[in-house]
Amino acid sequence: MSMTADAHARRQDRRPWQKRLADASEPYLYSAPALILIIVVMLVPLVVGISYAFRDIQLLNPFSGGFIGLEHFETLSKDKAFYTALKNTLWWTGASVFLQFVFGLILALLLDKPFMGRGIVQALVFLPWAVPSFLGGLNWAWLFNPVIGPLPHWLYGLGLMSQPGNILSDPQYAMWGPIIANVWWGIPFFAITLLAALQSIPRDLYEAASIDGASWFQRFWSITLPFLAPTIAITVLLRTVWVSNFADLIVVMTGGGPADRTQIVASYIFTQAFKALDFGYASAIALVLLVLLLAYSLLIILLRQTLLNKG
Amino acid sequence: MKTSLLPTVAHRLALLAYVIFALFPLFWLLKVSVTPNSLLYSEGVRMWPSQTTWEHYAFVLQHSAFPTFFKNSLIVSGSTAVIVTICASLSGYALSRFHFRAKYWIVALMLLTQMFPLVMLVAPIFKILTPLGLTNSLTGLIVVYTAFNVPFATFLMQSFFDAIPKDLEEAAIIDGATKFMAFREIILPLTLPGIAATLGFVFTAAWSELLFALMLINGNNAATFPVGLLTFVSKFSVDFGQMMAAGILALIPAALFFLLIQRYLVQGLTAGAVKG
Repeated sequence: MSMTADAHARRQDRRPWQKRLADASEPYLYSAPALILIIVVMLVPLVVGISYAFRDIQLLNPFSGGFIGLEHFETLSKDKAFYTALKNTLWWTGASVFLQFVFGLILALLLDKPFMGRGIVQALVFLPWAVPSFLGGLNWAWLFNPVIGPLPHWLYGLGLMSQPGNILSDPQYAMWGPIIANVWWGIPFFAITLLAALQSIPRDLYEAASIDGASWFQRFWSITLPFLAPTIAITVLLRTVWVSNFADLIVVMTGGGPADRTQIVASYIFTQAFKALDFGYASAIALVLLVLLLAYSLLIILLRQTLLNKG
Repeated sequence: MKTSLLPTVAHRLALLAYVIFALFPLFWLLKVSVTPNSLLYSEGVRMWPSQTTWEHYAFVLQHSAFPTFFKNSLIVSGSTAVIVTICASLSGYALSRFHFRAKYWIVALMLLTQMFPLVMLVAPIFKILTPLGLTNSLTGLIVVYTAFNVPFATFLMQSFFDAIPKDLEEAAIIDGATKFMAFREIILPLTLPGIAATLGFVFTAAWSELLFALMLINGNNAATFPVGLLTFVSKFSVDFGQMMAAGILALIPAALFFLLIQRYLVQGLTAGAVKG
């Protein structure tokens, strides 16, 4: 309806050109502050960062800065630490996002039906999201510390550990520390977005289905999931990208150790930039990560598009 | 419809498990922060110490740089939240109410910023901000955080605007108001929950940011909480009581903000989802 009204208005457009110009520029004026910020603080540094990948940029070396072509990428292709980090990133992202999503979805389903005290329960279970990630990381590192934390003693009591040790310094299991912290911290994000999507499903659909004698699982499969699918696709996509870039917990909890067992690409970039002060190399790694993530995102978007077209 | 007891009990138990999982780490933080040093190791695994003390809090507040960190974090997060919310209200309104040529490019640009690794910007931003004198300064942090948070906040605000019927401002415009007047006088007041949600969301995000704070700030004067707490961890002899007391103090503002706004966050996203 508004389309035809628009067209009608355009045909009868007798406004003076200044007024028309003002009207046409209006949305741009509204978006200008946000756009300027994004372009200046994100897009320009992104382009500069890409150029760094082909230059020799070391913060403490005044003679650096020259163009060196693909040298960083050659080094990178032989950098064992990078391949370890890449493998760790897959493991870290896959496990974190999968567990966050599954537990987040269950939580959203639990919170979707009204019960007494829902408001307070919802506020409490969402609270980890508000905990600053560095603090969450420290907090979990402390919980895993046998000196002041209960977890090693519990694991020992259950017979899962031969002695109450710190899993963060155990090369074989160290990655589970940050993953558990990340799951704890990230469940609320999925629960919030999925709960919002659940609450927008028209209730009469469920009523009709249960009059028809559909079981809980049938209703979930044929009403809830299709309605949630777009939200699931977009949140899983965003989350995967965020989590694979998310170095805070690892930097705080293990610093990439022991023996690089928890070093992911994001924390490796940060180490190169912050500790080695080798900005050029850091940017080269980041560029590779960017390309991988863009490829992944495109793949998911195409997949979603295909599914939507089919449906 | 008969309601059997078993599913209800299972439902409540499952929620109880979630609540325990969510709160236990925070509870432990609190527990260690009030445990006297003499009991820290001997009662390390007890659920609650036999004696409690506030001495760690007193020390952190009186003898460390934490009041400065607290003030810095408050300035940075507060300013970021306000500036982002203003920018995002405007851009969110533009995306919600106007059809214009660049709209899809703007949306694509904002989505793109969510995809690329922010760690990639660490080095260039450092290089760009240094000659401007914006490293080691709170202003620099505010500028960077504002830009990082604007895209998501824009989408959030857009979904709140989408939930408000267009007839309202159309009626006002027929009555002779300009579009901006309609926006300011009619639409904004109706979006107050959305504004609260955005403010809270951005405040918490800025309060937690670690990597850029570490990179752009050195020295205590401009350090925010994350940097302060990390230097505390690495520099001092490990005093767990004091660290956890500092942790609890760092948690309070973000948690308070979040408890107030989480309801609106769900509402806002629901409203946006209806439109699809």
